[in-house]
Amino acid sequence: MSVLVFVEGDNGKIKQSSQEAVSYAAAMQQSPVVAVALGSYSQDELAALGRNGADKVLHASDQQLDQGVIQAYASVLSLAMDSTGASTMVLARSSLADAVAARVSVMINGSLASNVIELPDQSDGFRVKRSIYTGKAFELVELLAARRVLTVKKNSVQLKEDGPSAAVEVFNPELNQEDFKASITATEKATGEVLLPEADIVVSGGRGLKGPENWYLIEELAAALGAATGCSKPVSDMEWRPHHEHVGQTGIKVSPSLYIAIGISGAIQHLAGVNSSKVIVVINKDPEAPFFKAADYGIVGDAFDVVPKLTAAINSLKS
Amino acid sequence: MKILVCITHVPDTTSRIAFKDDNTKFDDTGVQFIIGPYDDYALARAVELKDELNASITALHVGGAEADPTIRKALAIGADNAIRVNTPAEDSLNVAQQIAAVARQQNYDLILMGRESIDFNGGQVHGMVGALLDIPSISPVMELKIENRTAKMVREIEGGKEHVEVSLPLVAGCQEPIAEWKIPNMRGIMSARSKPLEVLEPVAADVQTASIKFELPPAKGAIKLVDADNVEELVNLLKNEAKVI
Repeated sequence: MSVLVFVEGDNGKIKQSSQEAVSYAAAMQQSPVVAVALGSYSQDELAALGRNGADKVLHASDQQLDQGVIQAYASVLSLAMDSTGASTMVLARSSLADAVAARVSVMINGSLASNVIELPDQSDGFRVKRSIYTGKAFELVELLAARRVLTVKKNSVQLKEDGPSAAVEVFNPELNQEDFKASITATEKATGEVLLPEADIVVSGGRGLKGPENWYLIEELAAALGAATGCSKPVSDMEWRPHHEHVGQTGIKVSPSLYIAIGISGAIQHLAGVNSSKVIVVINKDPEAPFFKAADYGIVGDAFDVVPKLTAAINSLKS
Repeated sequence: MKILVCITHVPDTTSRIAFKDDNTKFDDTGVQFIIGPYDDYALARAVELKDELNASITALHVGGAEADPTIRKALAIGADNAIRVNTPAEDSLNVAQQIAAVARQQNYDLILMGRESIDFNGGQVHGMVGALLDIPSISPVMELKIENRTAKMVREIEGGKEHVEVSLPLVAGCQEPIAEWKIPNMRGIMSARSKPLEVLEPVAADVQTASIKFELPPAKGAIKLVDADNVEELVNLLKNEAKVI
């Protein structure tokens, strides 16, 4: 049975998280793996999804789909499920994919599992492990319907990069104009940054940085590591940093390979947003900061002293 | 203008998470339950809109009677009446079908809820309700204004925000900073006691997933502390031991 993967892009480039989703589908050992891309992409960009394990890419290239209109995306993806006869759809978690997946699951009368962290166990039915209680526990859940939709968390599977190029096919179903009732009137997006939910390394700052004018410390270390920058809730509440950088229970949940927390005490609500990181480093001048209990490595020291030295050490390693 | 706010009844964010009955059930011993924090944002915005638009607010919960104190809190914060659909929340679809059944009877203009519950973190119900009612669903919404029956929203996207407009009716999954959480005042708490809380029996609905068991993450190993004067050692550990840089 074929597996469908919704791939999402940013300015015509397929996101790394979507490449991971294709790798996830390829590792499910069901074929063919069919990626579906909506909106404008170059042929080469889509064919390159073969490296991640796609056998075929369906391209719905209508310019109306250049904007991520939730209802319209759900309709096109449901039609793609029907026309390929696929039993499973995989989506990398994102603001758009989360919103779309729920609608697709209803439209195809399927089972939905969100926040999936591992490959499914298909030996007895179809079971997946998902993250619950904001990363504080896991649930093993069985998907009972004949068709299913999975939204997959970052770092759930090794990225595959050795497949042959994929065939790209035109897939242009007739769009239902009723699906475009919601109109996207403007987009504000930071450019040139590594996106927080996509990042493999995240450097976050808290109140210990004392003010927004000191954020260069975080930014320089992040630049040295090719990392995204994040912050704690108080920092975003005080508007030192924008809300889309707030990591925690009610902000962004990240699961990078490396999370570096600087001047963040480690309130339980912050830990909830980072506890699925592979490795956590804490730099804090208070040796009693609760974050040290959740960390793999730590330095007890003043951020203003330690961080520039760390940045220099990383830069000399990379050069 | 009729607003429906769907609320979850979830363990407080600081709760210790544990399971019982061979890891098949949440252990609620000593756990304090609250309105889901995201739902609380949705409710707070609804209360603001109520004043602005002369709207009425119905709070809705799908679940058992143990949630009644949580529902009363929603009434104390500013909902005018409440409905509890008396059935355990089997899975997201089941809950969405119960909500959709209530919504079909009442023709709400705006259906608000949190972007996700903080227990199962599904983040699915708003989209499912939208699909079941065949109306737009937008999430995660961090700003919401209503002008002439058009909802003007800001939706959070990776690395920024997106401005979205859509005419009502609409389902929105909400998050901060859509409104400040409201703390019920004494008058609210007193009046909540006499506001109607209607208990409805569930409609027939599907269950498409089965929870098999729960587990806790493995305990974290001991932290390795590095001297502040020796950051090179940290770089060395990250490169050669953890292999993450």
